Amino acid sequence: MSRAGKIARRTFLVGSAAVAGGVAFGIYAYKRTPTNPLLRDLGDGQAALTPYVRVDQGGVTIITPRADVGQGAYSVQAALVAEELDLPWEDIKVDPGPPSATYYNGKVLAEGLPFAATDDGLLARNARAFGDVGGKFLSLQITGGSSTVPDAYEKMRVAGAVAREVLLLAAASQTGIAKADLKTRNGAVVTPDGRSLSYASLAAAAAKIDPPATVTLKPPSEWRYLGKPMLRIDMVAKCTGTAMFGIDLRMPGMVYATVRTNPRLGAGMKSHDASAAATSKGVLKIVPIAGGVGVIADNTWRAFKAANLIKFDWDPAHYPPTTAAMFETVAASFVPARQDSRFKNEGNIEAALTGTGVIEAEYKVPYLAHAPLEPMNAVVQLKDGRLDIWTGTQIPMFMMAMAASLTGLRAENIHLHAQLSGGSFGARLEDDYVRQAIELAKAFPGPPIKMTWTREEDMTHDFPRPLAMARMRGAVKDGQVDTYDLSIACPSVTASQLGRQNLSIPGPDVAIVAGAWDQPFRIPNYRVTGYRVPELVPVSSWRSVGASGNGFLHDGFLDELIHAAGADPLKERLRLCWHEPSRKVLEAVGEMSSWGSDPGKDRGRGIAFTISFGVPVAEVVEVTNTPHGIRIDKVFVAVEVGQVLDPENFDNQVRGGVIWGLGHAMNAELTHADGVAQQTNYHAFEAMRLYQVPLIEVRALTNAKEIRGIGEPTVPPAAPALANAIFAATGKRIRELPLNKHIDFV
Amino acid sequence: MRLKVNAKTHEVDVEDDMPLLWVLRDELGITGPKYGCGIAMCGACTVHVDGVAVRSCSLRVGDVSGEITTIEGLGSPGAMHAVQAAWVEHQVAQCGYCQSGQIMAAAWLLSVNAEPTDEDVDRAMSANLCRCGTYPRIRTAVMTAAAKLRERKS
Repeated sequence: MSRAGKIARRTFLVGSAAVAGGVAFGIYAYKRTPTNPLLRDLGDGQAALTPYVRVDQGGVTIITPRADVGQGAYSVQAALVAEELDLPWEDIKVDPGPPSATYYNGKVLAEGLPFAATDDGLLARNARAFGDVGGKFLSLQITGGSSTVPDAYEKMRVAGAVAREVLLLAAASQTGIAKADLKTRNGAVVTPDGRSLSYASLAAAAAKIDPPATVTLKPPSEWRYLGKPMLRIDMVAKCTGTAMFGIDLRMPGMVYATVRTNPRLGAGMKSHDASAAATSKGVLKIVPIAGGVGVIADNTWRAFKAANLIKFDWDPAHYPPTTAAMFETVAASFVPARQDSRFKNEGNIEAALTGTGVIEAEYKVPYLAHAPLEPMNAVVQLKDGRLDIWTGTQIPMFMMAMAASLTGLRAENIHLHAQLSGGSFGARLEDDYVRQAIELAKAFPGPPIKMTWTREEDMTHDFPRPLAMARMRGAVKDGQVDTYDLSIACPSVTASQLGRQNLSIPGPDVAIVAGAWDQPFRIPNYRVTGYRVPELVPVSSWRSVGASGNGFLHDGFLDELIHAAGADPLKERLRLCWHEPSRKVLEAVGEMSSWGSDPGKDRGRGIAFTISFGVPVAEVVEVTNTPHGIRIDKVFVAVEVGQVLDPENFDNQVRGGVIWGLGHAMNAELTHADGVAQQTNYHAFEAMRLYQVPLIEVRALTNAKEIRGIGEPTVPPAAPALANAIFAATGKRIRELPLNKHIDFV
Repeated sequence: MRLKVNAKTHEVDVEDDMPLLWVLRDELGITGPKYGCGIAMCGACTVHVDGVAVRSCSLRVGDVSGEITTIEGLGSPGAMHAVQAAWVEHQVAQCGYCQSGQIMAAAWLLSVNAEPTDEDVDRAMSANLCRCGTYPRIRTAVMTAAAKLRERKS
């Protein structure tokens, strides 16, 4: 059956979900209805062949609606379209496009469902299809959840193929040559006699042509870009200082600003004294905003300097003031009234744990800041009833709604121009910094205002990854893991984050137990219970979200049970694992690390496994216990992603995730005193530096059916693999992150 | 006061205690050097003053006496410095925000140490923070650039 036939069949199978989801037929519908957001702003001679392809005299521009926060999203989205459209790679132009419900993410909700990624049953599949409808219904143009590639994989190739068909039809009508006799190559339609009609020259004719109902996608064997190491389209700019991040924008008449708000998140300001700041050099205006004050000046540093001169009297925090007090709240949450979920409940836990030999433990993970290197910033201009916002964001539609409600302007008068972000790790899933910039613009209409947070403001106003505790009980029998009862108490990221967008989640929050309840192990008595801790500090999604801490909680204690059973950590995980793709990554990492061989004197090897975002990942960490502390020597990582679209970027993302996971596990935490985060800058929150980076060997497996994203899944198993290696090398079992509270690193 | 940046002389009217970074970014529109921490802990603001790598976020402009080179002056997309070319060859950047500083630090290292050992690279480059985790590729790219620069000299 042809590729197009398959798409049509799948469309039928999942019913209205996929029709709404805009695969072949959806794209067709976009052209005919006003839902192609590009049509609104088309200039003379421009054609928007699909919502992802704009053609004009200057050539083709690919619309890349998922934010590029460093993960290479622009390049991979461009490659999907360019592959089908036969565009020359060196001429690729991208534009993030306008915010639009058309660009909804059909995959991002899948992770929020109480179905394990390994569950291929009818109920799970239907629920995921419903996630697609939900994504559309909620206008979720969101970048996150490692969903960019799975979401775009088909729809952006189809968009490229549809555009190619339209250009072929345009060329056929212009030349009188039958479409079947025309070919495309390097951004042009080529006639049988070798004439080349550039796409640009066909733009006007193409604009009048209805796109086809179905298209045939290239078979992977004919791919020129996908599956190949491509030069990222932003690479040269980022290596020459010419890439423009949001913070780098300059405009005529621009003024500069910063804000200070109560670092007890959500609490207000009693009073302030800005008399010294008002006369500080360069200050143009001091503006009260929600929870604090903004300073507008003629230079960012002058705004920073003046803001430092303001004296504040802040309201107290709504939450317990210290980390110790917050952990008391967490510890008090392991009660039936706070039970949120029990998605895993196999065998008979209570019966299995009645006898002697019950093994018990308590684990803790801390708050962690996102701390992307580019502090939060936005340029906002409110002028003549029009609002322009220039910023990096993963939530453009939420931001538009916020801006409309804050200004009273209609959506057509609000223009959001998405910018490159200097990292995010989830930070750009919030819009508080833009809200503040808009408040400044309302008080100072006219010029563009660039609002920049100081690093200190960024660190103390980040909505962090939540703290969590776990209580485990388990038992072993006949050299095998027999019983594992895991209880996790954690505030709800989803409720906190959606609450800030005035949305609520019905039912349990899967994030509380993600990376724990859904692991593909068959243990005779196996239970995972989530307890929802009150919000405390407002929290947010942090690279790998719930699994970021739960990987350590789940696999750490599993390792303890395996050791208690006297079993081999790799062999026992393999014995327990029923999911074939997951077994394959465990086997691969065992082979890569020569598991079972003698690691040498004062050395130890630890293994860990987590499946998150549908990606099974196994990591082996090798450490040396030196006289001055632990040195991480090597990491082996095997992942299953279905398909690798760009091996170069894939490798960079995998290693980046490992370094992120290890670095924060080693030494990073946000602690609170008087309701304020104590780590105000990188001197106190640094994660890994270059001299500590181990050799990292990566292997991609591609046995699974589904294509997956790789930005996050290598994070969760990094911390437990390191802790398990430290145990192997030293005999010391560390049950709390960061590990440097209990052991030194060199 | 007068500042020479990337071989061009600028007249700026700023107070002595303004950090060089903000003179470059907000007064002169030279945005390659980035603001990351403001306390010389991350290195995103690294520029050269008379060929020496400095943290422009923590250097008072009044204390600058030499010639300043930023990433824009090191090389351009059409004529990259060997370090930049190595960075592109190894596709080092992810978000890219720290890379101006990383490249300026590496260029300075290679200007004083043409044949750095792995340990030299680790020591010199560990003062520059990268949140994305591009460190393994930074190591490789520095070595590639070092080899290329030695080749040119010989």
